Amino acid sequence: MESHEGRPTKIEGNPQHPSSLGGTDVFTQASVLTMYDPDRSQGNSYLNESRTWPQTLDSLRAVAKSHQADHGAGLRVLTEATSSPSFVAQMQQFLKAYPQAKWYQWEPVNRDNVYAGAQIAFGQPVETQYDLSKARIVLSLDGDFLSSGFPGFHKYARQFSQRRRPELKSEMLRYYAVESSPTNTSAKADHRLHMRASEVESFTRALATALGAAQAGGEFTPQQKKFAAALAKDLQSHKGAAVVIVGDAQSPATHALAHLMNAQLGAVGKTVTYTEAVDSSAGWGKVAQLQSLVAEMNSGAVKTLLVMNSNPVYDAPADLNFLDAFNKVPLRIHLGLFQDETAKYSHWHLNATHYLEQWGDVRSCDGTVSFIQPLIAPLYNGHAESELIEFLTNQDEASSYLLTQRYWQQQHTGQDFKGWWDRSLHDGFVKGSALAPKTVAAKGAVPAQAAALAGLEIIFRRDATIYDGRFANNGWLQETPKPMTQVCWDNPILMSVGTAKKLGLKSEDEVELEVGGRKVKGALWLTPGHPEQAVTVTLGYGRQRAGKVGTGVGFSAYALRTSQSPWFVDGVNIKPTGKHFGLASPQGHQSMEGREIVRVATLEEFIKNPDFAHAVVEAPAAGLTMYAPYEYKDHKWGMAIDLNSCIGCKTCTVACQAENNIAVVGKEEVKRGRHMNWLRIDNYHEGSPDNPKTYFQPVPCMQCENAPCEVVCPVGATTHSSEGLNDMVYNRCVGTRYCSNNCPYKVRRFNFLLYSDFETPQLKFQRNPDVSVRSRGVMEKCTYCVQRVTHARINAEEQNRKVADGEVMTACQQACPSEAIAFGDLNDPKSRVSRIKASERNYGLLEELNTRPRTTYLAAVRNPNPELER
Amino acid sequence: MEQATETKSPEMTERLLPGQAPVLTPGHTLETITDKIVSLVLRRPVTLGWVGGFVFFFGLMNVLLFAMAYLFFRGVGIWGINVPVGWGFAIVNFVWWVGIGHAGTLISAVLLLLKQGWRNSINRFAEAMTLFAVACAGVFPLIHTGRPWLAYWLFPYPNTMGVWPQFRSPLLWDVFAVSTYATISALFWFVGLIPDLATFRDSAQNPVAKKIYGLLAMGWRGSARHWKRYESAYLLLAGLATPLVLSVHTVVSFDFAISIVPGWHTTVFPPYFVAGAIYSGFAMVLVLAIPIRKFYGVQDMMTMRHLDNAAKVMLGTGLIVAYGYTMEAFYAYYSGSGYEYFVLKNRMLGPLAWSYWCLILFNVLIPQLLWIRKVRQNTLALFFTSLVVLLGMWLERFVIVVTSLHRDFLPSSWGMYTATRWDYAIYVGTLGLFFCAMFLFVRLMPMITIFEMRMLLPQSRVTTEAAHD
Repeated sequence: MESHEGRPTKIEGNPQHPSSLGGTDVFTQASVLTMYDPDRSQGNSYLNESRTWPQTLDSLRAVAKSHQADHGAGLRVLTEATSSPSFVAQMQQFLKAYPQAKWYQWEPVNRDNVYAGAQIAFGQPVETQYDLSKARIVLSLDGDFLSSGFPGFHKYARQFSQRRRPELKSEMLRYYAVESSPTNTSAKADHRLHMRASEVESFTRALATALGAAQAGGEFTPQQKKFAAALAKDLQSHKGAAVVIVGDAQSPATHALAHLMNAQLGAVGKTVTYTEAVDSSAGWGKVAQLQSLVAEMNSGAVKTLLVMNSNPVYDAPADLNFLDAFNKVPLRIHLGLFQDETAKYSHWHLNATHYLEQWGDVRSCDGTVSFIQPLIAPLYNGHAESELIEFLTNQDEASSYLLTQRYWQQQHTGQDFKGWWDRSLHDGFVKGSALAPKTVAAKGAVPAQAAALAGLEIIFRRDATIYDGRFANNGWLQETPKPMTQVCWDNPILMSVGTAKKLGLKSEDEVELEVGGRKVKGALWLTPGHPEQAVTVTLGYGRQRAGKVGTGVGFSAYALRTSQSPWFVDGVNIKPTGKHFGLASPQGHQSMEGREIVRVATLEEFIKNPDFAHAVVEAPAAGLTMYAPYEYKDHKWGMAIDLNSCIGCKTCTVACQAENNIAVVGKEEVKRGRHMNWLRIDNYHEGSPDNPKTYFQPVPCMQCENAPCEVVCPVGATTHSSEGLNDMVYNRCVGTRYCSNNCPYKVRRFNFLLYSDFETPQLKFQRNPDVSVRSRGVMEKCTYCVQRVTHARINAEEQNRKVADGEVMTACQQACPSEAIAFGDLNDPKSRVSRIKASERNYGLLEELNTRPRTTYLAAVRNPNPELER
Repeated sequence: MEQATETKSPEMTERLLPGQAPVLTPGHTLETITDKIVSLVLRRPVTLGWVGGFVFFFGLMNVLLFAMAYLFFRGVGIWGINVPVGWGFAIVNFVWWVGIGHAGTLISAVLLLLKQGWRNSINRFAEAMTLFAVACAGVFPLIHTGRPWLAYWLFPYPNTMGVWPQFRSPLLWDVFAVSTYATISALFWFVGLIPDLATFRDSAQNPVAKKIYGLLAMGWRGSARHWKRYESAYLLLAGLATPLVLSVHTVVSFDFAISIVPGWHTTVFPPYFVAGAIYSGFAMVLVLAIPIRKFYGVQDMMTMRHLDNAAKVMLGTGLIVAYGYTMEAFYAYYSGSGYEYFVLKNRMLGPLAWSYWCLILFNVLIPQLLWIRKVRQNTLALFFTSLVVLLGMWLERFVIVVTSLHRDFLPSSWGMYTATRWDYAIYVGTLGLFFCAMFLFVRLMPMITIFEMRMLLPQSRVTTEAAHD
């Protein structure tokens, strides 16, 4: 976490943390903007009239008193899913004080199926932990373990990329993806098999049967047979090094079968371990919990409902008619960051603290306890959930700090609590608090398969950038193109090219989706690799009270989602409205046009010819320039990006935005081709649109040695630095845009209008003071985080030494969960980046132009199964 | 008042080819020429047609001012430009106007040096046209920058920042090329005007007009010494202006040719830009000359011979331009560069193919009609052909600027360009500025050079006897 003058500005992963390993994800990177969001709720109110905190406490005291009298009968609490040990303990205290009260947890993007699957397989809702560092074969069944938001994403991304180095030769990991809606995870697969989400279970059953893991029925379709045979053979020949991963959206039976297959493949104890569930109410489905609450509200049993950091009015399943039930509750209290949809229908709204403003603790996916420590005093005097619960329990105004510390003091067994506490706060997590592996025995049979679905199917997915809608008001995330479609500022309805052709539809056609009498309207986007006879919609859009950024963007897929079928449903009618609905995509063209942009080979080819990346195009010999070469006495910075490691998750893009004060421009400007991201991830499809190969290529500034941008600037606003960077001098730029025209990589971004907000005080606080905020009429671009370079240089000079390798990390490099980006001094042959660039896979993008790019790529190597590769 | 008794080299009596119109219709005397040209300004009443036309173009000019005010207020984002198409209408218009501005200097200076007598009646307004076209062009480099209030940083001036412009940038060469050209053209035009301004001063009845023309005439009395100095100054300026005709558009073409953008990075650009400039310049001369000679009844001074010659120059330069297109296409294929070849394909078949094929139709196919004598003799046909060429040359710059940029090296960054209403407003606005200035010019200044016309008369020949008088 980076903080300036008491203002948190940038979030970094904790390299010591066992499940972050230093990597982050898009949501974490962008959460700092949410904290400064000027649309956040800034006070407490009762029936829309503002109340001071003491007034609020008086009223809450009365509420507490009345429920003390009836032992909490009619008192209900609804929170989001939580893994916080101290909060769970607090809630237990609360339930002790109000014995008849109840606590529900609701999460629209829940893991009900995961725990239900474990329940079937083992009779208990255990957590499944994968260890890809020992895996040779990975099969994912609609699982997106390389996408932001998947529990354990950071760790899996790191392990995956380490196991995907082609230098491992025959030990390189091979990855099969059986998937419904394409994700950046499946894009990394060596083999993809597309099917509708409802068909995955049947495939899994057939595979489990074929592997001898279960007699589960199921049958492969003729198209699947070849794939399945090769897959089964590969899995079986790698016992102990194979792992099956299932996505959260798949049915409990699929999860259960995966457990059986993992056991059969000898994965348990090696690539798969089981622990206690991290989720505090894992055994009780979130949908079921909400259903109970709604039933109670409808029956009039609920007198006071306290909703904390949850937005069920917006995201509850449509069939529950949550709002009707909610309105029957005589006293509705809402605590949240925003005056959102739920706040609107509550009597009381209390403003909450952001996690960067409060104390607390949380378990990560492997159970490691991390401490939430504030970096700033609450901006709007908000209060944490724990403080509110403490007040209701004990009428005590303890701070979240005291509450967290008190809990851990009680838990602490050894001597010297203070030492332990200080050390843990310093580390950010409690060493050795990961949950211990648990031995579980298979038990119970997998239930028979539900009837197959017919007709057009809708697949519901969490959104790649705004998750379940909680980040809808976050401009950085709204403007981050979704990894696969490259569309931003909307949730398009994804459809395969084939199905669209059959229905006579094309991208950006507005269509109406109707299922079970519920309707929504949205724009279509044809997506290569999408299964036929299905559409994908993502959750989180169509917010009515998100704030200035997110309100009214896209449509709400929750309007179609029911409690019975939260992840996919069939029998959808699709009807074009005849209107055009423009979508914004910074990358309108996803074909490489046969150019040598992303250079790829199979592992076999790589072993035969490690120099394959230079087979077709080669850089001209050095020195072919009119101008004298530059000399670098001290440093010569450079970057290398491993295309094999990049998983296209976009974390680097958001990290760059946070680090470099990059403006958000909005949908209309993106449509005009004026997005501002300094670092973009290009996504190219190759091959047939039914089952394309997909490649990701992060493109920051190449910091060319012979930079085409430098020579054409009439005022010398972009110049070569003594350390090899193409510096951009904002003050000097008059804005001819010639440099951008002449940049073959098109990494330069121009402030066509006044994009930066110079007025809103909160946003001013958010900015990195080391980086100029650009005004209109000025060109900008990636600087290799020159402010970080300078910082390191100053530090080194103070201590009279050279900048050490690894001392400067660019924001993208630091955030990357898969360590795809290396940065350092090219003058130092021992630096990590120099060593990486020495690889034969190293090549420069468009190097035939003699630009001599300083950012280079390691060519991608796929590891296909020879049996499947013709 | 008698002038032009002393000339350096009397014109030879014209020998007309069969069917060729004379440069000056016979029947004029020294007096009638002066009288006619002077009366166009000083004695002809302001007609309704002139007022109507002026008001219309003045209105358009105000569109330009309004659009520029909004542009300065909001920023260049009001236009259709983006990344990858960083340049749009502004640069297209700039190149178009500079190109148009070539004809005047070519006619005045180059044809003077080449002793082409037919230049005499059209050079004055062609020079004025050049000046106004360069003024219109000059608007764009300034306003197309993101921060126009700092555009003066492109000039090398001593400053406290201690920085110079970057001399490797073609944009900087442009600054010098265009500003030099504008200066020389203005001087050339003004110097040429001095004797005629004196004539105006002497003929004007209105005391205010007399004062103003007198001031502008800078004390010209028509003495032999004056004429001698005038002649050498004029010749010197002509000599200076001649290389500029070639250099300005060569430098403008460097803006593109020096870059590495496929479709720009071409050695054929300098000659073909110069030819294109003259092509469009002559088209504009015809577009102006044809109505002027009709409405002001000067068909006897701007004869069919002038129109015919201008049409022939157009045809010739048009063929050079067509050759340029062919070579561009050939080398795109022959160079073996996939990027260049793609640009060609994209121009012909891409989403903006309409602009390419319109350009071929307008610049290459339709002007071939000029081979036909009847077309050259028909003022209406000539007028429309010239309009088509002007449009075609505008499209040429559009094709070069936009279709090259919108799809370059990395397909991930390909984009589209759609001009906005502000793009059109500014383009139309410069047309307003240009024609507004032209309207004022024909009302206030001698649009035909009086003394040079008089030199075309046999009376102006210096005979041996006269010389000894």
